Amino acid sequence: MKLTGAQILCEALLKEGVEVIFGFPGGVVLPLYDTLPQYSQLRHILVRHEQGAAHAADGYSRATGKVGVCLATSGPGATNLVTGIANAYLDSSPMVAITGQVARPFIGKDGFQEVDITGITVPITKHNYLVLDVNDLARVVKESFYLARTGRPGPVLIDIPKDVFIEQTDFRYPEKVDLPGYKPTIEGHPTQIKKAAKAISESKRPVILAGRGIILSDACEELKELAETSQMPVVTTLLGIGCFPESHVLSFGMIGMHGMAYANFAVSNADLIIAIGMRFDDRATGKVSAFAPKARIIHIDIDPAEIGKNVRVDMPIVGDAKHVLRELNKLVGRRLHVEWVKQLDTWREEHPSVTIRESENLLPQFVVRKIYEVTGGEAIVVTGVGQNQMWSAQHFWYDKPGKLISSGGLGTMGFELPAAMGAKVGCPDETVWCIAGDGGIQMTIQELATIVQENIAVKIAIINNGYLGMVRQWQDLFYQKRYVATPLSGPDFVKIAEAYGLPGLRVKTRREVVPALKKAMAYKGAFLIDFQVEPEENVYPMVPPGAGLAEVIEDPQKKPARSSAPDLTASSI
Amino acid sequence: MDFQKHTLVVLVADKPGILNRVASLFRRRGFNIDSIAVGHAEQPNLSRMTIVVGGAEGTVEQVRKQLAKLVDVVRISDITNEPVVTRELALIKVKATAASRNEIIQIVDIFRANIVDVAADSLTVEVTGDGEKLDSLINLLRGFGIKELSRTGCIALTRGTTSSATAEE
Repeated sequence: MKLTGAQILCEALLKEGVEVIFGFPGGVVLPLYDTLPQYSQLRHILVRHEQGAAHAADGYSRATGKVGVCLATSGPGATNLVTGIANAYLDSSPMVAITGQVARPFIGKDGFQEVDITGITVPITKHNYLVLDVNDLARVVKESFYLARTGRPGPVLIDIPKDVFIEQTDFRYPEKVDLPGYKPTIEGHPTQIKKAAKAISESKRPVILAGRGIILSDACEELKELAETSQMPVVTTLLGIGCFPESHVLSFGMIGMHGMAYANFAVSNADLIIAIGMRFDDRATGKVSAFAPKARIIHIDIDPAEIGKNVRVDMPIVGDAKHVLRELNKLVGRRLHVEWVKQLDTWREEHPSVTIRESENLLPQFVVRKIYEVTGGEAIVVTGVGQNQMWSAQHFWYDKPGKLISSGGLGTMGFELPAAMGAKVGCPDETVWCIAGDGGIQMTIQELATIVQENIAVKIAIINNGYLGMVRQWQDLFYQKRYVATPLSGPDFVKIAEAYGLPGLRVKTRREVVPALKKAMAYKGAFLIDFQVEPEENVYPMVPPGAGLAEVIEDPQKKPARSSAPDLTASSI
Repeated sequence: MDFQKHTLVVLVADKPGILNRVASLFRRRGFNIDSIAVGHAEQPNLSRMTIVVGGAEGTVEQVRKQLAKLVDVVRISDITNEPVVTRELALIKVKATAASRNEIIQIVDIFRANIVDVAADSLTVEVTGDGEKLDSLINLLRGFGIKELSRTGCIALTRGTTSSATAEE
């Protein structure tokens, strides 16, 4: 029996286990939309802007580990996906983005709503396809999902002309993919793994630096085994948070520009860094020449192009984190690093990066902490970008992977609300808190309508300080407080919520916080709280841009204000 | 910095847009292409690109790794330090007067190049060889006045039975 291109696409999506599509219709995808009712297993969620579809697919993917799917029409529909695709690319989120294209005879003629979306997305997709023959469609979908989820995951775009949706052919879904140019290295090189094990056994001050690759390869257990067997402290990148329980005695939190002072000190004084599934982003390393100056570096990553890209590496191991760690764990012996761990504990006591100072006013950190307490840590937290993101990383503790969802590489304001929506759709039984800023939430606030229409019970906490807070903080610290283009006279978010049809509350004082959170949690649907917080609160600790990780500025309202990493010589431990 | 020119032989799937993908990658990562030549390879559906790229060792290593990440790139070899045959072709339209024509013809003969077109005030010279040979001929002809110049970019194969970047490993 012959099927249309649109039917073939739906059949193929079902074969790939797709349950949800975040999309927005338009002229050239009408044949596909007209076909969707035949496939009731595919839930379509109508977003209000295609950027929301891409972020929602990304949030869905990060919460579930599955490939997220978004769908848009040609032209502006496709270009509106671009930010979300780039966001997924930089954070290695598996995603398949489907766009409609003008019918084949019109391609290249600047037809209505025509844009060269495959050309546009070359640098921000793992791969992309323009399907010019309906007979290629099933194979292309198969390959796209395979590419999106294997190796270093990432977004793949499929551009389908309108007449290809209509054309008919036999449907045969390929069993296997044949991609001669795509063979990710999964197993690490045994000699390199041996070298790494030897380096670990010789190390006196080792630090494991764990990233999102651990989560993506489902290697959290293997990581825990490695850390515990050799009693090595673990620090993470922002996106690595949750790959190792933050309540674990060997956990020393996040490194980087707003990382824990003690995590940064640990890296700065380590004699061995075991970096796993991370890519030495500048926000994590600080000044590269001052990064881990005393350490040899083992770098385990599935992407060979990340080895030596930003930081010199002594022992590269290309491979999947889970496979490499499994082999490494066979070779690593039991060891103790009592002195070293004690030293880190001392730094943690002397530089308590996550205590909240006393204040009569409503501090943003206090709000995040209370969300942690009220949820008992059992929630998926989806953040915006900037101060709210850093406070969410610092003042909430994540014991499981996939519980902190945040735009790391691209730093996309506006990610929070649609991504939270996607996370909640993927994990309907979990509590999802969207912790947003008053700036970022307005970039995709239209998705409140989607949330209400589709009954997606996201809890939204707006950390409202009346500023583009992180930019203001930089103006405060590095531009002599010239607050150019950062003050916001925001809308009345409670009225906004009401207009969209969800309940909202405004909270201005400390004592209102917990009752408001409890009310939001008790409510069956989506709920918005506008927390009007201290306007000029800064995020600390902070490593100034261009400085090394050891040069941490701590909150001047807590003492001591500035501290350089205590300089350990090799002889002291 | 150990700056060196590297010759990469890249076997790619013969699909629309592959040149764009490669070019986009070079532009985006700030790598400079000295020359690029593309044509069908020995197998159907595959093309061979010869890319000459200048840069420090680390830069070229990044180029190679980033290229390898492209799904349509099947294999890459850096043949810089291998025994290879490299050839490039150039067409040079050089000003020629009655007085200078003979001298040009002599130079062309020395280089075993050919004159492929003659006009009242110009000669068009075709020359093949490695890049250095072309450079020196072009330099010599510059004195007469070069009106137009077109070079193909270098193509290369390894010598003997060893093969660079074939589909089989």
